[in-house]
Amino acid sequence: MPPKSIRPGIFKTALLSLCLSTAGLAVQAETTVTAVMHAPLRAVDPVISTAYILRNYGYMVYDTLLARDSKGQPQPQMASWTVSDDNTTYTFTLRDGLKFHDGAPVTAEDAVASLKRWSQVDKTGQVMASLLSDMSVVDEKTFTMTFSEPTGIALIALSKPSGLAPFILPKAAAETPISEPITSTIGSGPFKFVEAEYQPGVGATFIKNEDYVPRDEPADGLAGGKVVKIDKVVWTTMPDSMTAVSALLAGEIDFYEQIPHDLLPLVEGNPDFTADVYRKQGSQNLARMNHTLPPFDNPKMREAVLLALGQQPMLDAQVGAASDYGTICAAVFGCDSLYASDYRAEDIIQPHPAEAKAILDEVGYDGTPIMLMHATDLNNLAPQGPVIAQQLRDAGFNVDMVSMDWASVVARRASKAAVADGGWNMFSTTNVLPDVGDPIGFIGVAAGGESAWFGWPNVPEIEALRGKLARSSDPAEQKQIGQEIDKLVIDNGVMVPMGEFYNVTVKSAKLTGQLDAEAPVFWNIEKAE
Amino acid sequence: MLGFVVKRVLSAVPVLFMVAIIVFMVLRLSPGDPAVMIGGPNATPDQLAALRESMGLNKPLLEQLFIWLGAIAQGDFGVSLVSGKPVAALVMDRFGPTLALSLSTVVLAVAVAIPLGVIAAWQQGKWLDRLVMTGSVLGFSVPVFIIGYVLILIFARTLGWFPVQGYKPLSAGFHDFAIRLVLPSVTLSFPYIALIARIVRTNVIEVMNEDYIRTARAKGMTEGGVLMHHALGNAAVPIVTIIGVSIAMLIGGVVVTESVFNIPGLGRLVLEAVLARDYTVIQTVILLFSTIYVFINLGVDLLYGLLDPRIRY
Repeated sequence: MPPKSIRPGIFKTALLSLCLSTAGLAVQAETTVTAVMHAPLRAVDPVISTAYILRNYGYMVYDTLLARDSKGQPQPQMASWTVSDDNTTYTFTLRDGLKFHDGAPVTAEDAVASLKRWSQVDKTGQVMASLLSDMSVVDEKTFTMTFSEPTGIALIALSKPSGLAPFILPKAAAETPISEPITSTIGSGPFKFVEAEYQPGVGATFIKNEDYVPRDEPADGLAGGKVVKIDKVVWTTMPDSMTAVSALLAGEIDFYEQIPHDLLPLVEGNPDFTADVYRKQGSQNLARMNHTLPPFDNPKMREAVLLALGQQPMLDAQVGAASDYGTICAAVFGCDSLYASDYRAEDIIQPHPAEAKAILDEVGYDGTPIMLMHATDLNNLAPQGPVIAQQLRDAGFNVDMVSMDWASVVARRASKAAVADGGWNMFSTTNVLPDVGDPIGFIGVAAGGESAWFGWPNVPEIEALRGKLARSSDPAEQKQIGQEIDKLVIDNGVMVPMGEFYNVTVKSAKLTGQLDAEAPVFWNIEKAE
Repeated sequence: MLGFVVKRVLSAVPVLFMVAIIVFMVLRLSPGDPAVMIGGPNATPDQLAALRESMGLNKPLLEQLFIWLGAIAQGDFGVSLVSGKPVAALVMDRFGPTLALSLSTVVLAVAVAIPLGVIAAWQQGKWLDRLVMTGSVLGFSVPVFIIGYVLILIFARTLGWFPVQGYKPLSAGFHDFAIRLVLPSVTLSFPYIALIARIVRTNVIEVMNEDYIRTARAKGMTEGGVLMHHALGNAAVPIVTIIGVSIAMLIGGVVVTESVFNIPGLGRLVLEAVLARDYTVIQTVILLFSTIYVFINLGVDLLYGLLDPRIRY
């Protein structure tokens, strides 16, 4: 027993500790991050849509078997793997401690059912499935994937970071037919979804999954330990950017995923905020022609468009003149990708109206209007139409730019009819760089005619090379094939790269630890009080 | 009176039926496809086909129309094509904020506009009248979102008296509920104050030249009494009409204010639904708006009878 003289000291210390720990608990309970995301969450099936907000939701609620580190290399996440000597059989083993939010353990059956559903709709998953001869559950924690020939696609596909990422769902949910949206929000990820607070189009709330067991390795890209250091994340939607910035400045929100570039001066230089660029979350502009209709069924006309267009005016219109947030880049798969190429960089980056005009004269272009669809309601797309139209006009094209909302563009671009009957000649859009950098999954380079993306280019050599890349397990060979695809895409006018730009995430200076990853994830983020 | 109400309610049925058919056909004939909006920019044709099938959009148009009409006749408004949530629940979630904003705006607009209009009429041609009328022109002319931004800058960002944005239901506490409605209501009330004040002024000036006003003054009634009891009372019918029209315009026209102040109301719901081609939500909200208009008109007609003894149904 301590002497009487020090008992009051002990008592005071104990009291102080109690107060501090209580205060600590109170502070901890307040670690809520309120984030304005780039789009509202309106659905909860992570496979039904390639909308990026759904991918972001997936990373909150679900987990993936593999994940890419900051260098883009596949790493174990839920599972580790071994490969047979002949590179045909992959054995995946789930790590210990994986549990769904309802307490059920994650099993190999859940993983197999999830991969089957995902591979029905994802381009990379479809290619993987076409090469797969068997996918079997070995035991509760192990399953195998056996391919008909040696391939490296299993690791590429299962670590796919964007578009439709292969999230692992409970088997019961994963067995839902693809035509029926999943409504369950039970995952095994680092956050739990709070259904009671979900208002589609308005807000979504996630709380820390206390049962989640992160990996031991430090977080690195989407790989490593997903250690959650906050209690709650609230995603809110603000349709008005000015209001979002005002709310940020007033301290009502902590995180603004994509601030419009023209509003950046309002927060730049303010020590209460940080403005960060995550290059992996950047986007590529692309112009797309309809290969099935005149005049772009003629390869020379597509070449004229390639020469007519230049990248800097587009980037200036999107992110401001000479801004650091835009980069000229001739590479079809992105300048930071494994397959980066500078093939015909000068032709792609700079406009060459005189050369384009010479081609128009050579082919005897009769001035038939080019029907260019211009989406007006999305910040990044609104500047594209006028810039493309002017560059084409400078080269001698007669352009009929039709302005409409994005919903009308996506409906009309699916039409293969003549222009007078609701068809089209050109449109432009953006794709995020993680999707662009995947030659197997990137729809902008698919060239299988009817099965290709809108515009329906038919270049069998590209499809053959994409298949070859999927079967290759040699990184050097994969790179070489990717660069060959790049050449064919440019020479055939499958798409025209129009530069890369980067969104800026603005956060309260109290927030630290956001990972440089392909998607904005909230594990590892800390909030100081 | 009861017969009149029943007749008016019954006459609303064919109106709403026609609205339902027109809305359905206009939506289906406009460009756009919910499947491609849900599927996102990279959806494959197979994904789109599966989505259309799951939403019943691959059925013939007339079949879709009959299915929908049959369902709403049974009180089933379907599910949102985008979120999969019941439309009735989505609309009810969003109705509260819009109703709160509209009512607070109307109360504020009426409370400010009627005295302003009466004062302007009383001071006709003098500086106070001109001041009120100049303010009224400004109220009409300055876009609501500009007023909203200015109020946010002054009262939320600079003075910190009010939150910038957001909405809390009454169940979260009256203070949280009310404090978030102040700036949006003030913003939205500007054009309605301008409108109602002008109508009040015009009508009060008109009745101020009537014989009974002269008689009231001759009997020694104060000018205030004349204005409030005789002038305003006799000018009430057109004023009530314009207030009714304002309520109807408010319910359907709050989208800009809801966007600027991030209020999750019906205006935003229908805008988002239009951009996503969420047909079931658009159809239901427009039907709701039509129903509200019908009942507001009915309410205004009934008020005529209370305000003007000469009007009887």
